[in-house]
Amino acid sequence: MKFGIVTFPGSNGDYDACQAAANALGQTAVYLWHKNHDLQGCDVIILPGGFSYGDYLRAGAIARFSPIMNEVIAHARRGAPVLAICNGFQVACEAGLLPGALLRNASLRFISRPINMRVENATSMFTREYFAGQVLRVPVAHGDGRYAADPDVLARLEGDNRVVFRYSAADASVSDADNINGSAHGIAGIVSEGGNVLGMMPHPERAVDPILGTPDGLGVFHSLLAEVAA
Amino acid sequence: MQLYRVPIEIVPRPGILDPQGAAVVGALKALGFDSVTDVRIGRFVTVDVNAESAAHATTAVRGMCEKLLANPVIEDFALEDPTVQPNQSS
Repeated sequence: MKFGIVTFPGSNGDYDACQAAANALGQTAVYLWHKNHDLQGCDVIILPGGFSYGDYLRAGAIARFSPIMNEVIAHARRGAPVLAICNGFQVACEAGLLPGALLRNASLRFISRPINMRVENATSMFTREYFAGQVLRVPVAHGDGRYAADPDVLARLEGDNRVVFRYSAADASVSDADNINGSAHGIAGIVSEGGNVLGMMPHPERAVDPILGTPDGLGVFHSLLAEVAA
Repeated sequence: MQLYRVPIEIVPRPGILDPQGAAVVGALKALGFDSVTDVRIGRFVTVDVNAESAAHATTAVRGMCEKLLANPVIEDFALEDPTVQPNQSS
């Protein structure tokens, strides 16, 4: 299985994503420069974390028009997997691959620490290795992670079980105190209507080995491996 | 063709929490500006475009706002009237 990690100017999570796919998972992983038009036959595309184009204008707004995004959007429209992490989530929203937008954290603080999130949907192609209600410990590192969308969009996301991760306490309870950035409905990750694009602010690729503090993000990669192998 | 400058105001949509604005309300009140009830912080952009008329300039910049400069999910934008700029030396 082949992972393609898009590198935009200002990406900084691309190396971590590549290491997760190559070392932790033992799969092929290649970097895809944003100015190219070739996905090199990759099965899974990762839009990594970072500060593409310095977050100028809005986070993800300019990266969304990078040349390779035409191919990434076509890849997603074919139903193939796209894992959009942190800045990648912002890019995916700007590109219309996912609904909504990500705004400045309600606290106005950049948050860089491990957090807890609850698996809400363990049937998606990204989360089948987990169980519903499972609490994962995964790091976040973002200043603009507050998910926002119109009330009807939020209702549809909830109704269609497309909220896959929600910020929670270690005991899986959900409250405003655990909603680290003030996201609508405490949303940490959502999937597209087709279920093949996952956008999430936490970093599963930085949680793939106990030496990193937690291996809880590995399940996302193992789920994808099972999906593509099937 | 004439060079026009089109000013654009981009602000958070009503209902979108603006924590920067809320922080500034707090600071203004702390300074004794008790009459303040709300602050919304957006951005101000000017775009210079070559166009046949002010109307064409406005149409072009509106398209830029819809495609890139504003995000309709979270922001509203308003264009001010274009002003004629001295033509750049060619």
